[in-house]
Amino acid sequence: MKILICMSNVPDTTTKVRFKDGNTVFDTTGVQWIINPWDELALTRALQLKEEPGSGIEKVTVITVGLADVEPTIRKALAIGADDAIRVNSQATDAYDVARQIAEAIRSEGYDLIMCGIESSDYNNSMVGGMISEFLDIPSVSSVSSVTVENGRFKVKREIDGGKETLSVTAPFVAIVQKGIALEPRIPSMRGIMMARTKPLKVVEPVAPEVLVEHIRYELPPAKAKCRMVAEDNVRELVQLLHTEAKII
Amino acid sequence: MDFAFTEEQRMIQQAARDYAERELIKDVIERDTRAEFPYEHVKNLRELGFFGMMVSPAYGGIGMDTVGYCMAIEEFSKIDASVGVLLAVHNSLACSGIEKFGNDFQKGKYLPWLASGEKIGAFLLSEPEAGSDASRQKTLAEDKGDHYLLNGTKNWISSADSGSVYITIAQTYPELGHKGINAFIIDKDSPGISLGPHEDKMGMRSSDTHSVMFTDVKVPKENRIGEDGFGFKFAMKMLEIGRIGIAAQATGIAAGALERSLKYAQERKAFGKLLIEHQAIAFKLADMAVRVENARNLVHKAAWLKDQGQPFGMASSMAKQYAADIAMEVTTEAVQIHGGYGYVKEYHVERLMRDAKVTQIYEGTSEIQKIVIARALVKG
Repeated sequence: MKILICMSNVPDTTTKVRFKDGNTVFDTTGVQWIINPWDELALTRALQLKEEPGSGIEKVTVITVGLADVEPTIRKALAIGADDAIRVNSQATDAYDVARQIAEAIRSEGYDLIMCGIESSDYNNSMVGGMISEFLDIPSVSSVSSVTVENGRFKVKREIDGGKETLSVTAPFVAIVQKGIALEPRIPSMRGIMMARTKPLKVVEPVAPEVLVEHIRYELPPAKAKCRMVAEDNVRELVQLLHTEAKII
Repeated sequence: MDFAFTEEQRMIQQAARDYAERELIKDVIERDTRAEFPYEHVKNLRELGFFGMMVSPAYGGIGMDTVGYCMAIEEFSKIDASVGVLLAVHNSLACSGIEKFGNDFQKGKYLPWLASGEKIGAFLLSEPEAGSDASRQKTLAEDKGDHYLLNGTKNWISSADSGSVYITIAQTYPELGHKGINAFIIDKDSPGISLGPHEDKMGMRSSDTHSVMFTDVKVPKENRIGEDGFGFKFAMKMLEIGRIGIAAQATGIAAGALERSLKYAQERKAFGKLLIEHQAIAFKLADMAVRVENARNLVHKAAWLKDQGQPFGMASSMAKQYAADIAMEVTTEAVQIHGGYGYVKEYHVERLMRDAKVTQIYEGTSEIQKIVIARALVKG
């Protein structure tokens, strides 16, 4: 069986976000790019499954939609342990186009399990996984916090209101995974890092882009208000400040 | 002129940082307090490949360059300088010593063990009466025809207990002075080797330091490194390489202290405003940052020269002397910025300050580095 990890190339989560061109474009100057944290956890779980004796997982592939500048992030995934990678040679735009590009690139590749992080840490759309399953006409399971293989079938656990449910799923399917799928991302070994360039990285040309979303404007959240500390025994001052300064009582 | 790192170098730096921030941090204070060797971490670091960083893949190593190696040592040392010195001695003295100057038999026998981390390497040069004056070796290696017979004592040996491959310097022809010295690869389990007690040190307490006594230890002829009498030159060549690693370690100690101080100064208030808003503290941080940056640049320059196959002896001494001296200054300032909190263990900077001191002493004191630098200046 084969697992595909859909991977987003996102700014490091500590990036100081800035916009340019009248707040219509994200300013990527000086940004460090990383594997989307949820996708990295998905990759970690996929590799754990592959290493489990008798799991039947033979290969873990990562796929990304992006131009050549995303290849360092792809090689990080190869360093961590993915067997090979596919890059769809197209600028990642909206979720619809990304899902479509991935679906078309792998339609005939026969992946048994396609794992997507629940969202990307930059745009937080949470749409690509569901759309891939629609494009490929296969099932998807959302909010997955555990994937195991038992007797050749995938068993997934997902978060539901007030608890968890366990499902047995027939491959192929898309698992949209969230925190808990793996405890923490795997640190690549030195050998993995040095071998990353020798692993196959296939570049496929995109189908004609079909972008449905246009970004009109970005806005930063309002600056965090200053925190005023009031001594714990000074209730009078606290009430006074809430009344006269914060004006909420 | 290109200051850009390769993808591999950046990944190795990140991997070391991740391991240090996720794992080493958990028990670094306890191990320092109890002077415990990081056996559990050694298992993980071995699996991650940090024990054979610069060894050729032909011998089971990773084949990383010296710049990447220094970046890893710096990251480990920001959190845990004892792990920094363990890996520096192992990689740059033991592994490099055998790979650069060993013969095919020695490389084939020892490098796979060392590169996998199955065996840890130690470097035995210092003696009770031969520290900076390393040519006055009292440990004798008598030539007995088919073997050498070693007698003497080595002092301040890092990884003496955890290590099992001893790169040992000893005198074969006392009448020839430093030209009579040889270097040997010695298995720790050879009969006649005994260890002194674990040294109760000021810093680097998670690194196991002992004296090592040789009493009629038989060393096969095939374990001598290089030609007869090559030992002193070997030791000096190895220290040129080793000093780059210790400079990276010292830079890491300073960088770790700077990071913690910067964070603290942006959280702690005094006189109604954040510490960073007090110019006295802001200027301290600026001075610390400039020093760390200078040290790092000197380290990378020395490592780069080595990777390019160019002479790097003076650059290595400059990096070691500067990085060690600023590590002491920067960590002292870090404790000062932290005030009372800096003086207790929980805030880490007092440990970094204790750890920093020895970087001015081992693998050549700062004074010895200045001698090397001055001689190189005169030589041109």
